[in-house]
Amino acid sequence: MNTVFKWFNERLPIVNTFERHLSKHPVPKKVNFWYLFGALASVVLIIQIISGIWLMMPYQNTEEGAFSSIEFIMRDVDYGWVIRYMHTTGASMFFAVVYLHMFRGLLYGSYKKPRELVWIFGMTIYLVMMAEGFLGYVLPYGQMSYWGAQVIISLFGAIPYIGESLEVWVRGDYYISGSTVSRFFALHVVALPLMLIALVFMHLVALHEVGAGNPEGVDIEAHLDDDGVPLDSVPFFPYKVLNALVGIGVFMTVFSIIMFFFPEAGGYFIEKANFEEANPLSTPEHIAPVWYYSPYYAMLRAVPDKLGGLIVMAGAIAILFVVPWLDRSKVNSIRYKGIFSKIAISLFAISFLTLGYLGTVPVTELRTLMSVICTVIYFLFFFLMPIYTSLESTKQPPERL
Amino acid sequence: MSESVVNDSRRKILIGMTAALGAAGVPFAATPFIAAWNPSAKAKALGAAVKVDISKIEEGQIVQVAWRKQPVFVLRHTKNSISNLPSVETKLADPNSLAIDEPYRDLYPTRSKSNEFSILAGVCTHLGCSPKYHPEVEPKPWDATWTGGFFCPCHGSMFDIVGRVFKGVPAPTNLKVPPHNFQGSILTIGEDKEIS
Repeated sequence: MNTVFKWFNERLPIVNTFERHLSKHPVPKKVNFWYLFGALASVVLIIQIISGIWLMMPYQNTEEGAFSSIEFIMRDVDYGWVIRYMHTTGASMFFAVVYLHMFRGLLYGSYKKPRELVWIFGMTIYLVMMAEGFLGYVLPYGQMSYWGAQVIISLFGAIPYIGESLEVWVRGDYYISGSTVSRFFALHVVALPLMLIALVFMHLVALHEVGAGNPEGVDIEAHLDDDGVPLDSVPFFPYKVLNALVGIGVFMTVFSIIMFFFPEAGGYFIEKANFEEANPLSTPEHIAPVWYYSPYYAMLRAVPDKLGGLIVMAGAIAILFVVPWLDRSKVNSIRYKGIFSKIAISLFAISFLTLGYLGTVPVTELRTLMSVICTVIYFLFFFLMPIYTSLESTKQPPERL
Repeated sequence: MSESVVNDSRRKILIGMTAALGAAGVPFAATPFIAAWNPSAKAKALGAAVKVDISKIEEGQIVQVAWRKQPVFVLRHTKNSISNLPSVETKLADPNSLAIDEPYRDLYPTRSKSNEFSILAGVCTHLGCSPKYHPEVEPKPWDATWTGGFFCPCHGSMFDIVGRVFKGVPAPTNLKVPPHNFQGSILTIGEDKEIS
């Protein structure tokens, strides 16, 4: 090691930190593709930060300038369209990989002891991402930006007593205006990204403290070699890094195809109404959130009561935080859980996807009924979890991976 | 030199007092940051009344005007739609607008200062979308026995032709009636000296 590097390493724990978090830390030797999405999420985070910084430069955070500066980026800035589509595609892909990452957690019990904090940091990341996505969607100040913001900010109005003044405080005006856009800009580009990065850091530090899980739910720490390294593990570099690179290659291919050829994704990634400037006097005929919020939006619509809708929607997200304490099963992985868990998680996945679809289409009586049924299934999955996971008979997982 | 002895209880009190003083400072430090989110003096100053010429509005026609940048519906009723009002009351959550601050209660069934026009804030009381005007008396996807009124496309709230909310929909209250005044064929929205 040359002297300059040595000088630094005596003053900054470069080698230790690098080995602990990026090269030598042991990871289970056998996992499946479900374990890729965490790495993909960090790739998208980097894409979002870089494309976001470049979008900030020509963007104007004023009522008059917001919409036209987006058109300016699309038409007059060299390669501006690529950078913007990178950011919009990135937003949707971020949620896509995070939803898969979260479902992996539910499938294989990644939240179970001792990984509860990893799960809670992850859920907090998801929560901040939802806020970040919403704030970002308002910035182009198109029709969907405006009316989406109108609906979401009005949710605060459902809170008893302080609701209406809270709405005004959040908007900084009696209606959505330039004040709203500029404060959302500050939150979107500085406050929430700082929080996201800090949370991702905590998520990873906590993960590396307790070690990654595996689809068998085997505790690899139970069998160590003479150096204290788990027998069923491989070092992160090169085994997992090269493995992840294949996944990242496939992912970037899909990402690029969407970005270059279908950036609007048929109105699911960028809604058609958002190509029209915000008009406070006319709600679009059909208003729907971007796909990654639509399951919760369907729940909101399923409840015929303003405060009730808000409580159900917030509860649907809040309940995810306590999953580590709802699952009473002796085993981690769905592979060794009983039939009730398998039925429950299948129904849960179906109802969540159905809600996702229902949230994007206009209201009819039948669809409202379906939303109610799916919302009930969604909550029963969690409420009944302590019962079915402790009652059902489980299979014995193997001792070694 | 006396031997130094740590006085734990004294130390605890000092730590507690320092912490309490620091905590008391938090609200003071937070005040400017919270207050800066309130509407600015400029935003508060906006919001003057608007005038509409109502002589050209046909029966059954709706005109939308902007007051404080929010839509206000000016609707001229047909004779039928007024006489049908009592028949729809069984579907309504609050036919007499008791749950809200109704400015012109018991004046006319239109809820306004005129027996022909309804003046309604075009902002759904659920989450702020602008409901759509559907005057037709015909079965609709959202209601098979629709007799005309407003339907909010966002979350499916329904209101009758004078903006009274239906039972079993997400919107909690009737559409608001903004202060207004008629002077001949000129309708002023946003001020009414008799009530404010």
